Amino acid sequence: MFFVIIWIIPTFGLFISSLRDKDLLAISGWWTSLTTTEVNEIYRMSGMERQIEENGYFKIKGKLFEYNSGKKIESFGITSKKINEFNIGDVAIFKDESEVLLDEDGNYEWRSKTEFTKKKGKRLFTTSLSPPAFTFENYREVLFKEGIGRAFINTMAVALPSTLIPLIICSFFAYSLTWMKFYGRDTLLAIIIASLVVPLQMSLIPILTIYNDFGALFGVAAKSYPGVWMAHTGFGLASTTFLLRNFLKSLPNEMMEAAKVDGASHYDIFLRIIIPLSIPAFASIFILQFLWCWNDLLVGLVFLDQIPSEIILTAKLKELLGSRGENWEILTTGAFVSMTVPLFIFFALQRYFIRGLVAGSVKG
Amino acid sequence: MTILNLVFIVFLGVLFFIAYFHISNYILDVYGNKTLKRFNFENSIRVIVFIAPAFIVLFIFILYPVIETIRLSFYDKFGREFVGLYNYKWAINDPEFRRSILNNLVWLLVVPTLSTFFGLVIANLADRIWWGSIAKSIIFMPMAISFVGAGVIWKFIYEYRGPDNTQIGLLNAIIVSLGYEPQAWLTIPMWNNFFLMAIMVWIQTGLALVIFSAALRSIPKEMLEAARIDGASELKIFFLIIIPYLEQTILVIWTLITIIVLRIFDIIFAMTNGEWQTGVLANLMYDWMFRGGGDSGRGSVLAIVIMIGVIPILAWNLYKHRQEQKI
Repeated sequence: MFFVIIWIIPTFGLFISSLRDKDLLAISGWWTSLTTTEVNEIYRMSGMERQIEENGYFKIKGKLFEYNSGKKIESFGITSKKINEFNIGDVAIFKDESEVLLDEDGNYEWRSKTEFTKKKGKRLFTTSLSPPAFTFENYREVLFKEGIGRAFINTMAVALPSTLIPLIICSFFAYSLTWMKFYGRDTLLAIIIASLVVPLQMSLIPILTIYNDFGALFGVAAKSYPGVWMAHTGFGLASTTFLLRNFLKSLPNEMMEAAKVDGASHYDIFLRIIIPLSIPAFASIFILQFLWCWNDLLVGLVFLDQIPSEIILTAKLKELLGSRGENWEILTTGAFVSMTVPLFIFFALQRYFIRGLVAGSVKG
Repeated sequence: MTILNLVFIVFLGVLFFIAYFHISNYILDVYGNKTLKRFNFENSIRVIVFIAPAFIVLFIFILYPVIETIRLSFYDKFGREFVGLYNYKWAINDPEFRRSILNNLVWLLVVPTLSTFFGLVIANLADRIWWGSIAKSIIFMPMAISFVGAGVIWKFIYEYRGPDNTQIGLLNAIIVSLGYEPQAWLTIPMWNNFFLMAIMVWIQTGLALVIFSAALRSIPKEMLEAARIDGASELKIFFLIIIPYLEQTILVIWTLITIIVLRIFDIIFAMTNGEWQTGVLANLMYDWMFRGGGDSGRGSVLAIVIMIGVIPILAWNLYKHRQEQKI
């Protein structure tokens, strides 16, 4: 129980925060958002051009805040030293003998016997109670103004092929490693097993050099989508092959033999027998590799340019962490957007996900 | 590049590989049987067709780079002139490198141990309560989140405001309500490492948990019941039956998380970028790939140091594979 609470709180907090009003987010903790919060704010009343003459008084009427989510003003003040000096209904008198009346919805009436001459109005300090209020405003801003929406599409364009391509080529590879006899098969298998643990970092510098040379040779951009797909394919190849081979090994040999006697070629066997049987295994591996590509930062950072049409979500988030470190409404919302797809996959396909992980580890 | 173009090249990219396999095999099926009488010969061509793409990718992205990285580590920053052990000597004398090695070692010690331990304990507890599977889902959930996303989540928890302001970071809010001074957690040298490790433990415990709960189911019920009838306490059962029974699994999970931790990069990159003495090898390496126009020699040395860390695991895996083959 204790563990569960500790584990869920961080994500829950992020989710709540992403839905909160950005001004409130900056001044109070997200855990207060479910109850009524006390908020201190400063507003300025309108200046002279709004004044009207009425019953011998010059009056300025207006509203302190336009957008109201059920906020109720409790008390107010006219100097920064005593911000709770007056209650709603009290008449506050400024030094120049002008008076101000305020109701709890923020409507004020500021009156004076003499004409107002200043362009700027005076400041009012309010203390109000804010009920729980949630908004989708942050999502709109993040998706369309901050470029997260585009980054989302980019990430999809990176992750989908980076998952499908290894799945296609590795299924053939795993098939031949399991059911075809050829010279050097055991060596190849040993290489795969060794490659499983080779850290990504070993490959970065040489691959980047190859890409740069390739780009210079053909006069195309060195960093591009196909480049990233192939990089992900390369780095996911060993584990995908290994998992698939473990699965294929468990299929009965008699089935293949029977098919061969009937004159089927390896390709026939592969298409008609292996693929239909392997759908569950494919699903598990697809999910693992897809999540890996979706959540990856390093490969996207090294093999893609950090421009709006290519930047991926994780890199974008990292960029926002640097440039908008104080704008928590953008960060929390952006982070949540980046999690939607993994979380959806997680909840919808948890069974396959877990099966893949277990298969990959228990045997490895 | 417009979105439509993007969809198009994605489609094209995937189609290319499907087409390769289909067309080459189709040709082989149609012409192979007519012209090549010997089955073996046809078969060997087929093997090449099946293996070629994967092998080429494997060669370009894993095999060649490993050799090239080793070569580059003996060359200067542009990879042109042979400089012998100069880069290695630089690394040993570099304070940043030493700091990173130390941090990496602490990470390797703390994260796999804690994650495995928590995973095992929670897997055990979760089997006893009716909402155990929900609890497991929740603890497993961080596995699906990216390291950067987790970074944002936790940065929000560690958020620091001056002592006079309302704390919006959860940790500081708790500290303040207990009457202490708020702290800028991520900037306290040495301790900040542990705050970063907490994130990793938070993520990896889920992995340990699911694998353990799968393994727990394989323990024969009779054994546990027999122990209970003999009057063994639950604690005793845990330490004397469950842990020895799951020894292999514990080892597997421990190595699995070790490999992940060894190349840990994203969390530190997103949270502190290696400042306040939190850098690890992978971050230092990324840094050297681009710092001052990039130094492939030094970067390679750092990659090799990470590689050395996995060699024992690699050897052990190969050894186990051999054993399996013999059976």
